[in-house]
Amino acid sequence: MFSINHILEPKTLKEAILYYDENPKLKVIAGGTDVLIHLHHGKLEDVELLSLRKINHLDEVKLQEDGTIVIGAMTTFSTLFRDKIINQYISILAEASVSMGGPQIRNIATIGGNICNGAVSADSAPSLFTLNAILRLESKKGVRMIPIQDFYEGPGKVKLLQGEILTHILITEDNYHEMKGKYIKFSNRKAMDIAMLSVAVTGQVEDEVFKDLRIALGVSAPVPVRCSKAEDYAVGKECSEETIKKIGELALSNARPRNSWRGSKPYRQHLINVLTQRAIKEIVFKGGGKDDEKN
Amino acid sequence: MMKKINLNVNDKHYAIEVDIKESLLDVLRDRLHLTGVKQGCSVGECGACTVLIDGTPYNSCIYLAMWADGKKITTIEGIEKDGQLSKVQQAFVDEGAIQCGYCTPGLVMTTTALVESGKKYSDEEIKREISGHFCRCTGYQKIFNAVKKSLDE
Ligand SMILES: Cc1cc2nc3c(=O)[nH]c(=O)nc-3n(C[C@H](O)[C@H](O)[C@H](O)COP(=O)(O)OP(=O)(O)OC[C@H]3O[C@@H](n4cnc5c(N)ncnc54)[C@H](O)[C@@H]3O)c2cc1C
Ligand code: FES
Ligand code: FES
Repeated sequence: MFSINHILEPKTLKEAILYYDENPKLKVIAGGTDVLIHLHHGKLEDVELLSLRKINHLDEVKLQEDGTIVIGAMTTFSTLFRDKIINQYISILAEASVSMGGPQIRNIATIGGNICNGAVSADSAPSLFTLNAILRLESKKGVRMIPIQDFYEGPGKVKLLQGEILTHILITEDNYHEMKGKYIKFSNRKAMDIAMLSVAVTGQVEDEVFKDLRIALGVSAPVPVRCSKAEDYAVGKECSEETIKKIGELALSNARPRNSWRGSKPYRQHLINVLTQRAIKEIVFKGGGKDDEKN
Repeated sequence: MMKKINLNVNDKHYAIEVDIKESLLDVLRDRLHLTGVKQGCSVGECGACTVLIDGTPYNSCIYLAMWADGKKITTIEGIEKDGQLSKVQQAFVDEGAIQCGYCTPGLVMTTTALVESGKKYSDEEIKREISGHFCRCTGYQKIFNAVKKSLDE
């Protein structure tokens, strides 16, 4: 039995926002794969839940006319993994989606819940960071659009204001057009495990030169981070073995990994360097660069 | 707080009152006495409690009973037909994929969903699709063989 005192199940977003405004103590529940676990362990008690499960159209992926990809917050990872738009334009997010949990978890866990839960290991975060995803947050006061990079505050903490619900995740065309992406989740088990470390790389290679490169790390700091130093260094450089090696080293400068039972700090540092390089090489390969010609 | 729900379990219709605190697992086992649905970890890790909801595998331990309103649930009790084991059940028996049997109902349900999807699965995809189930006995090879056999033909 879960320690739930009450549950509201609004059928529209508008209704949900009104309920939330009237009672800010409500606990939002989407797929429940974090909320119900916290209730089971007693980390949450006597909650009044605000369920988003009956709201229509919040679980869809759409491509707008201006090229922006709009992902409803209630979209499950199973849906994302199979979605045509995601696979065609931002396959890195499909890779990230299938890396999380196992099939039964992915069938119910939502991307919105993953983001709002604020875990440093959240598998959606690094990819969304490299895609410069924008979060659409709505409360009775109105709509707020904020870059995902500004949303994470600390482990398990995100900047949701009182009464705010994450409704959609937006990725504009300039952030995926002609780009390739690669997500690498490093964990002890291949499935049903939380990342020890994760790296996402999105970039564009043209004439064997990095035209654009974005690198984001999970479980490398109190929040997911972008490796701005490494990115700045990379842009305009030839994608040689030497450059990639240097980028790997520079990726460490934005990271502050810690020791934990899953992995030591030095091991994590090693992983950041090595996995960043590996992910970049994948991009170069997918992007029709050097390795491609060799094959 | 109680809530009235209508649900179809193994092709039988039920109109019952459930506590909003209850998981679907609680209701299936304790109320409907479908004890083929196993409780392992209670936190979504082991897959022993897997049932099909509208044909899709979910962990019933972290699915609120009230969410099952209007849904069609299938448990291990619902897949034999006229006393005949289903193809998936038979494959698990034939391949010796069962030792203590605790993980079996969940695995059979997930495999049933794979078979019913009508899709083809590579070996890697099979491994991925059954990765939400822990088996503490078999070492997985025989389970993998049973799933593969279920998907054959
Ligand atoms: C067995 C198991 C394995 C897991 N494996 C992984 C893994 O490999 N990788 C990983 O990243 N995570 C993993 N998780 C964690 C969890 O599944 C994910 O974080 C998931 O995406 C949460 O989504 P949900 O819809 O279930 O969220 P919920 O549990 O419903 O909500 C999570 C949090 O977000 C808030 N929230 C949800 N939606 C909104 C919204 N739209 N607006 C405002 N606030 C909202 C809730 O109030 C809550 O604080 C695992 C969990 C389990 C149980
Ligand atoms: S009992 Fe539900 S997943 Fe373990
Ligand atoms: S047969 Fe015993 S847990 Fe799988």
